[in-house]
Amino acid sequence: MATATTEAPVEIGVIPSFDVTIRVRRFNPEVSEESTWQDFHVTMYGTDRVLDALHKIKWEHDGSLTFRRSCAHGVCGSDAMRINGRNRLACKTLIKDLNINEPITVEPIKGLEVEKDLVVDMNPFYQAYRDIKPFLIANDKPEKERLQSAEQRARFDDTTKCILCAACTTSCPVFWTDGQYFGPAAIVNAHRFIFDSRDEGAEVRLDILNDKEGVWRCRTTFNCTEACPRGIQVTRAVAEVKQAILRGRA
Amino acid sequence: MSVVIETPRSRKRPGFNLEKYGWMYMRLSGVLLIILIFGHLFANLMVGEGIHAINFAFVAGKWASPFWQVWDVTMLVLALIHGTNGMRTLVNDYAEVEWIRRTLVWLLWIVCATLIVIGILALTTFTPCGDASSLATLAKDGANVASLCTGK
Repeated sequence: MATATTEAPVEIGVIPSFDVTIRVRRFNPEVSEESTWQDFHVTMYGTDRVLDALHKIKWEHDGSLTFRRSCAHGVCGSDAMRINGRNRLACKTLIKDLNINEPITVEPIKGLEVEKDLVVDMNPFYQAYRDIKPFLIANDKPEKERLQSAEQRARFDDTTKCILCAACTTSCPVFWTDGQYFGPAAIVNAHRFIFDSRDEGAEVRLDILNDKEGVWRCRTTFNCTEACPRGIQVTRAVAEVKQAILRGRA
Repeated sequence: MSVVIETPRSRKRPGFNLEKYGWMYMRLSGVLLIILIFGHLFANLMVGEGIHAINFAFVAGKWASPFWQVWDVTMLVLALIHGTNGMRTLVNDYAEVEWIRRTLVWLLWIVCATLIVIGILALTTFTPCGDASSLATLAKDGANVASLCTGK
């Protein structure tokens, strides 16, 4: 039962399988105001990710289970969720890397309103992103290529990796209690433009983030850096924006 | 379970806000307080006879010196504002009702201001040499102060 290889000799190319309990935080506003835990017992393989388990549950156990996913390969940022108490992408978390002897808990990310099961209302998150003007601001006409050296590009390389999955922002204890805080993701994306040599809107963005709900809310707890599935040094980026505001320029 | 978040956030006064200065204050006062507090502990607990030297006379002797007066006043003011500002941040984080938040923050600053006033008064108006009866008490406590007061 534990593995497929206990009875027969090991076959080359066979992927070991195991039984695992997935404990999902269910919420359906049409049924109850309260959310509840529900256990699902599934047989998974060593190559399976938490997303595969959720698919299996949805397709074979309970079709009402609701969650977001698009590319399923860690690029689109749709399936950030709280797995075993940590924010991760379900599509990048191998089940075998978790403790399969205990139930694996899957919850929606915290701090955003839950709409159903693992789906949260991402609008406040996107609004914070829009507020920092996530586009190139340049005064000259785009008549020729805007040149940039490799060093200038490297200055903000880390923050270009963001996929807006909200894992960082919803791991931030300040955001949990104060939903008006811009949150690390918005600051990371502001950083991406503030330190871009081609961009001329640094002052505008620094002014936006020099706000009661801006970078000064950050308590440097590093939850965001730990949560980022892209390995962005989020807290470092926030600190660099703070320094830029103190200097008055990028 | 669910948290309701109002959007979009409204910005009041662009360009200037106290949060930035609050943040800078915490860092600057933090560095100074490390020096002041450990200096204070070293002078009181390590130098000379160490902790056994601490009595009324020891304190009176310290506060007779303008150096320690300035040291202690600086430490008092920096630490109280540092602590109050930290508490204010916590209140801002966890008080969800606006009037409660406002009241708590006001209370914090009133307590802070009161403690600073009392502390500075104690430090600046402190006179170990009062009337004759208090001198007698002093003599028991430490010969230093008694001699300091009587001029012997």
